[in-house]
Amino acid sequence: MPAANNLLTTTPRGLFCEAGNFYVDPWRPVDHALITHAHSDHARWGSKKYLTADTGAEVLRIRMGDKANLSFQPLGRPLTINGVTVTFFPAGHILGSAQIKIEKDGYSVVVSGDYKRNPDATCRPFEPVRCHTFITESTFGLPIYRWPDPQTVFAGINDWWRSNQQSGKTSVLLAYSLGKAQRMLAGVDATIGSIYTHGAVEKLNAGYRAAGVALPKTTRVGDLDAKATDWNQSLIVAPPSAVGGTWAKRFGKLSVAMASGWMQVRGTRRRRAMDRGFILSDHVDWDDLLRTIVETEAEQVWVTHGYSDVVVRHLREQGWDAKVVETEFTGESLEEDAEPA
Amino acid sequence: MKHFCELYWRLDSTTKTREKVTALRAYFEVAQPKDAIWAIHFLTGSRIKRLVNTRLLREWAIEQANVSAWLFEECYDRVGDLAETISLILPPQENLSAANDEDQNGNEEHALQNLIENQLTPIRDLEPDQQRQRVIELWRQFDQRQRFVLGKLMMGGFRVGVSKRLVIRALAEHTGIEAATITHRLMGQWQPTAEFYSQLVDPDENETAISKPYPFFLANPLKDDPESLGDVTDWIAEWKWDGIRAQLIRRAGETFIWSRGEDLVTDQFPEVANAASQLPDGTVLDGEILGWDEDANRPLEFSQLQRRLGRKKVGKKLLAEVPVVLLAFDLIEHEGEDIREVPLSKRQARLQKVIEALAPVTTEEPNSLFETDADLKPAAVAIRQPPGVSKKAIERWSELAEIHESSKSFRAEGLMLKRRESAYQVGRPVGDWWKWKVEPYTIDAVLIYAQRGHGRRANLYTDYTFAVWKEDQLVPFAKAYSGLTDAEMRQVDKFVRKNTNEKFGPVRSVTPELVFELAFENIQRSTRHKSGIAVRFPRISRWRHDKKPADADKLDTILSMLDAFDD
Ligand SMILES: [Zn+2]
Ligand SMILES: [Zn+2]
Repeated sequence: MPAANNLLTTTPRGLFCEAGNFYVDPWRPVDHALITHAHSDHARWGSKKYLTADTGAEVLRIRMGDKANLSFQPLGRPLTINGVTVTFFPAGHILGSAQIKIEKDGYSVVVSGDYKRNPDATCRPFEPVRCHTFITESTFGLPIYRWPDPQTVFAGINDWWRSNQQSGKTSVLLAYSLGKAQRMLAGVDATIGSIYTHGAVEKLNAGYRAAGVALPKTTRVGDLDAKATDWNQSLIVAPPSAVGGTWAKRFGKLSVAMASGWMQVRGTRRRRAMDRGFILSDHVDWDDLLRTIVETEAEQVWVTHGYSDVVVRHLREQGWDAKVVETEFTGESLEEDAEPA
Repeated sequence: MKHFCELYWRLDSTTKTREKVTALRAYFEVAQPKDAIWAIHFLTGSRIKRLVNTRLLREWAIEQANVSAWLFEECYDRVGDLAETISLILPPQENLSAANDEDQNGNEEHALQNLIENQLTPIRDLEPDQQRQRVIELWRQFDQRQRFVLGKLMMGGFRVGVSKRLVIRALAEHTGIEAATITHRLMGQWQPTAEFYSQLVDPDENETAISKPYPFFLANPLKDDPESLGDVTDWIAEWKWDGIRAQLIRRAGETFIWSRGEDLVTDQFPEVANAASQLPDGTVLDGEILGWDEDANRPLEFSQLQRRLGRKKVGKKLLAEVPVVLLAFDLIEHEGEDIREVPLSKRQARLQKVIEALAPVTTEEPNSLFETDADLKPAAVAIRQPPGVSKKAIERWSELAEIHESSKSFRAEGLMLKRRESAYQVGRPVGDWWKWKVEPYTIDAVLIYAQRGHGRRANLYTDYTFAVWKEDQLVPFAKAYSGLTDAEMRQVDKFVRKNTNEKFGPVRSVTPELVFELAFENIQRSTRHKSGIAVRFPRISRWRHDKKPADADKLDTILSMLDAFDD
C-alpha cells in the first residue's frame, strides 16, 4: 500500500492532501479548498480558492457570495493538481453534491461528503466509485434508521396538505432551505394549492431553477398581501428556524410538519412538538451505508459525521479495516436551527 | 388493531385536548363494541399482564435483525424505549396487506379483541420456543408502528398520552350520556367485554345520579402583592396542601370520593370512606386528602402519599405506614340541599357542626393540630377540619405574610386566600379564591454530568447532574431535567458534545463551565448521596450566563437551608 496513510491526512483545518497541497471541505480558512457540496458545514467561508463540481456552481455561488473565488469541474472528468488526480462523482445528496476521488501512484481515496441512495428528482444519483480508502459519513449510522419509500412519504405529505385545507389550517412544512426544501417542492403534488416559501428557501430555488431543475411555481411569502392571501389553502415551505417567531403569525391556524430522517424516532418528533413528522432524509440509512461500502470495494473505511464510533465497531466486527476520522461536520442536525447541512 | 393503532398514533402526535377528543370520537364511531372496550381498558390505564419476558423479546429482536447485542443497546440508548427500538430494528414487514384487512370485510384476525384474547394472551402459557415462533410470526405481519403498539401490549406497559377524563369526555360526546355517569360506571372492577360496553353506553342514567359530584371551584395563583386584595379581614386564610383535592359524597347510604380529575378514588382511601359512613345522607364535602403523621401532627411527605395512589386495593401494611385523612375545608351540600350560594363563612360554620358530630373533639383547641402536646390531639378520625393558620384573628397583611413564610415547616405549599363571602363557584373564575404559594428555594450550581433524555428528548443531552462547592471540590448534589427552553436545551446539548471529558456508558462528564440556578421545594439529609443532602423537585429556574463556576454556591449554604427546614 504505497501512499495509503499519507495521501490524505487529518489536520486541525480539515482533511489535507499534502501531495496536492489542497484540503477537502476544510473547517478553517486555507489556500485551496475542494468542496463536496454547498452545505455550511462543508463549504465554509474564508478560503482563498474553492473548487467544486460544476453541477453545484449556482448554489455554491449563492452560498459563498460574489467575492469568493470559485472554480468548477465537470463530473467524471479527471483534473491533475500538483501530480494528484482529482475527479468529482455525483453523491445524490443535494444539487451539485459530489464525492471527490483523489489518486496518486495507483492509490485512491474517495471522500463521500454527504450522500444518499434514495431517489431525488433534484440531483444526480449517487454512483459507487471503486477506491482503496472510502471516507463515509454516518449521520444515520444505526440500524434503527431505515428510510421508507419517498413516494409513500410524498403521498403522506399530499394527504396532510389536503386535510389541512379541509379543516382550514395553513400547512407549514419545515425543511432545510438548501436541498431538502427543493426536494419537497419537486415531490409534492402542486395541483393541490398554491405554494409559498420563506425568503431563505426562495433564494436557493432560484439557484436550482438556474441549474435546470424543474420546480413548481413558488412565491415568497414576503411578496404577498397577507390579508388577501388564502393561507389556509396553501403549502408554506420554510426552514425550521422560521416558526416560533413572529414570521409565522400571519398564517393563522397552522399545522406544522417537518421532513427529516430524525423523524424516524418518536421521541424526537414529540420533542419538536410537530403536528406531523415525515421521514425523508438526504443521508444514507443503515442498509444503504453498508451496501455502499461493499460496492466501493475499499480496503479501508474511514468514518465521520455522526455515529462514527458505532459504525466503525460494527465494520470491524464484520472484518473491515475501519477507523473514525474526527471532523467538524454536523450532518442533518436538528440541533442547529439556522441552516445546517 | 389497525383502527386502534391509528388512534394510538393520533393521540401520540398531538398535545391538544380537542384533537385528542376528536381522535377518540372518530375511533368510537368505527370500532366494534368488543374492540372498543379493550381500547377503553388500555386507555384508562389498565394493562394486561406481561406476556413475554422482555429479555427474551430483546434476544429475538437481536436475532431477527441480525445485529450484535451492543449495537442493539446503542439503538436503545438513542431511542429510549424498548418496544420502539425493537419495532425499528426488525427487518421491514413482509406481507404489507395482512394487517390492513381487518374488521371491514369480515376479516377478524387482527381485530383488537381477537388479537388480544386469541393471539396474544395464549402466548403467556407457551414454552419459550413456541413463544419465540409466535412472536416472530406476529412481527412479520405488522408494520413498524403496529409493532410498536404490539410490543407495548406484550410487555404489559401500555401507556398513552391521554387521561381517563378525556376518554370519558369523548365517550360522553359520542353517546350523549353525562360524563359523571360514565365515570361512575367505569369505577371498580370490570371485564372488557362487549356486554360491559353496552352497559357503559346505556342511555338510562337514573341509577348513577347519587354519585354525581359538583364541579370543583379552583383557585388562581396570586401574582400581585396580597395587599392588592383589600382589607385582610375580608379574607379567610388556609394552608395550601400538597395532596389530593377531593370531593366526598354521602347520599342514600353510599359514599363516593372523587378526585379533581373526576376519578372515583373511594376504594383507595378506605379509612376516609369508613369515617364517612357516619355522615348523614345528603352531605358533600370538599377538601384535601393527605398522608398524615399523627405524632408530628403534620402531613407526611407527598412521596409517601404517592405510594397509596393508583392501586386497586390498599394492603394493611401500607394502611398502617401511610394513614390518610381528608382535611375538609368546605361543605357544598348539606341536608340534601345544594348550598353553593351560601357565603363561605357560613358554609364553614355548618361544616364545623357536621365534622364535630362525627366524633367528639377531645380538646378545646380544635385548630391547633400543630401543638406537640399529645393531649391536644383530636381523636384519630379520618375526616377533619384542617388546622388553622393562626389561633388569633389576623388584622394585618404583614401578620399573614409571616405565617406564609413559615409554610414549609408545616409541609404546606403556602396559603389559600378565600373571600369570606364567596359562593362556591364553577371552574377557575378570578377574584374570590387565590393560591399564594411560597417561592421555591434556589441555588446556583455547576453542570458536571449530562445524559441523553428519554422519550421525547432521546437525541439531546437534557438530563443533567449539578454540583456545588465543598471546599475546593465540586460535589454532585442534584439531578434536574426540566426548566430550560428548547433552544437553551439545544445550546447545552452542543456544549456537552464539544466539552465531553469522559464517557461512562450513557453519561458524559463535561468541563465544569455552565452555571444554572436550580429551584427546589424541600431538602432532606441523606446518607445515600455524596453531598449528604437530597432535594425534592429540583428544576432549572434559569441559566446564569452571568456567572462563572467559581460563583456557584457552597454546600454549606445549602446545609444552612436544611437547618431552616428542621423546625
Ligand atoms: Zn454534512
Ligand atoms: Zn450536507
